Amino acid sequence: MTAATSTPAAESAGQPARAHWQHRLAERGVDRQLWLLTPALLFVVLLFLYPFFYGLGLSFQPTEGRPFSDYARFFSDAYQRATIWTTLGLSLPAALLNVVASVPIAYRMRGRFRGKRLVTILLVVPITLGTVLTAQGLLNFLGPTGWFNRVLTAVHLTDEPIRLIHNYWGVFFSLIITGFPFAFLLVLSYLSGIDPTLERAAATLGAGWWQRFRVVTLPLLMPGLATTFCLTFVLAFSVFPSAVLVGNPAGETRVISIAAYQAAYEQYDYPYASAIAMIMGLIELVVISVVLFARTRFYTGSTGGKG
Amino acid sequence: MVTTTAATGAGAAGAPDVRPRRRIVARPAAWFVWGAVIFFFLNLLGVVGSVLVSSFGQRWFNSWLPDGYTSKWYGEAWTEFALFQVIKVTLEVSLLVVGLSLLIGVPAAYVLARRNFPGKRTIYLVFLLPILMPPITFGIPLATVLYKFGLAGHLSGVVLANLVPSVPFVILTMTPFIEQIDARIESAARMCGAGLRSVFLHVLAPLLLPGMLASAILVLVRTVGMFELTFLTAGPDSQTLVVALYYSMSAAGIRAQQSVDAMAVMYTAMMVVLLVIALRYVNPTQLVARVKEEPEP
Repeated sequence: MTAATSTPAAESAGQPARAHWQHRLAERGVDRQLWLLTPALLFVVLLFLYPFFYGLGLSFQPTEGRPFSDYARFFSDAYQRATIWTTLGLSLPAALLNVVASVPIAYRMRGRFRGKRLVTILLVVPITLGTVLTAQGLLNFLGPTGWFNRVLTAVHLTDEPIRLIHNYWGVFFSLIITGFPFAFLLVLSYLSGIDPTLERAAATLGAGWWQRFRVVTLPLLMPGLATTFCLTFVLAFSVFPSAVLVGNPAGETRVISIAAYQAAYEQYDYPYASAIAMIMGLIELVVISVVLFARTRFYTGSTGGKG
Repeated sequence: MVTTTAATGAGAAGAPDVRPRRRIVARPAAWFVWGAVIFFFLNLLGVVGSVLVSSFGQRWFNSWLPDGYTSKWYGEAWTEFALFQVIKVTLEVSLLVVGLSLLIGVPAAYVLARRNFPGKRTIYLVFLLPILMPPITFGIPLATVLYKFGLAGHLSGVVLANLVPSVPFVILTMTPFIEQIDARIESAARMCGAGLRSVFLHVLAPLLLPGMLASAILVLVRTVGMFELTFLTAGPDSQTLVVALYYSMSAAGIRAQQSVDAMAVMYTAMMVVLLVIALRYVNPTQLVARVKEEPEP
């Protein structure tokens, strides 16, 4: 419908008098139809690129001091600097565990079996519920009088309740509950894209299951695993609600997004908050580019299958 | 008969490479895998179930189940948290976001699917960025800008902020969908004398409708569940249900735990309804695999 409304604008832009350069452009694929892109481009520029560069500029205009003093302030304050390690200490193990645990499970489940759709639907549930509800559930479930500790006590694995909330583990579990299904479904779709005949061929040549997995399937899967790791890491890296609710936001789980939030909404120091957000984005980009660089070293061509 | 059973026995005894792998080798591994999956689901059930049970419980301190059951917490949560207003805002925001992101995203997806032009990869990458960045990173500068223009704190600011990941999402889901529609159908319509407008209205729109429905539902689910961006831009009267839930949780101790749980159950119920509707139209993995085609670095 926008298309229809944007065509008059496109038509008025095309004047027959200047046909020849229009022809030349059209040969390279530029013509009036590209006007359909304008709403989306305007949107991206106004709502994404402009705020981003505005924030970037703002981070170099601190309320007091030299252009870089907000960055210097962040890195010289041990309490703030520690948030980087806290965030990485939570998100890297969680993302890694999510991806590594998904592989054997997805490997088992890639074929057709009854109830596969049910399993996928059940796995989608925690993703759609989101971190806030998961946090609420974890507080009840893992709390000192929650069902989890009750079961542990009932089977005599422990004498007194283990402390699982308001510390590192609460946040870690919330990252697993929302992150694992996400990683699993991605890995599953990558795995089912690998042509099963390749593995059968390897079996014909006498390869055992471990050899088949390690030499045939895993190398083909590696690029997909790298991408999955990146996406899971992004989710885990920006953990905010669960770090506040199930974690210990003043200590163990004071992640970098809490630092940014506090600067913006508790101290109203927007330049400092933007600086922290930029640092956060930068660290994340560094991790992702390391993984994606490693990814280029794997075979990324066609797997000969439907994927 | 005899040979087959013997072969199976030998295989089970430990010659995994001569038999089809699914039967023998996988056996201990299968136990392990299914065990892990069941353990995960048990915990998930515990997480959701404890909220549900608690919301109906009279008092629940140190026992397996609450002392008695009541539904009074729902009434309390409804009035205490002004849930009617909150749910109204949630629906308004989500429907506006869905409508606007389709209006902006579908034409762009059409061009990206059909045309080849200089700079296409760059544009595609720019559209991809808002999905790849975590919401908090661009949310804080975005909220700053929206506050500067006086938009944040109102419904419009929340809608604008939520559009940022939604429009790219529509583009990313619609582009492959449009690619699989045969371009010759449009050419045929053009040959028969249809203009761009009637091609869109009478040929493309009916063909695009299923894809648009699917991506609208996906955007709806994601917007109702979107916490960070709404949280950063919402004012007191433009909170969605998730954000209201977060605020009531972080101010724990003021309200009874059970009424917060009741609110959480209402949120869950809303999400489940949306999910059931969504799963009628889309493949479950689509809810997850936001990036259909891998972003090429």
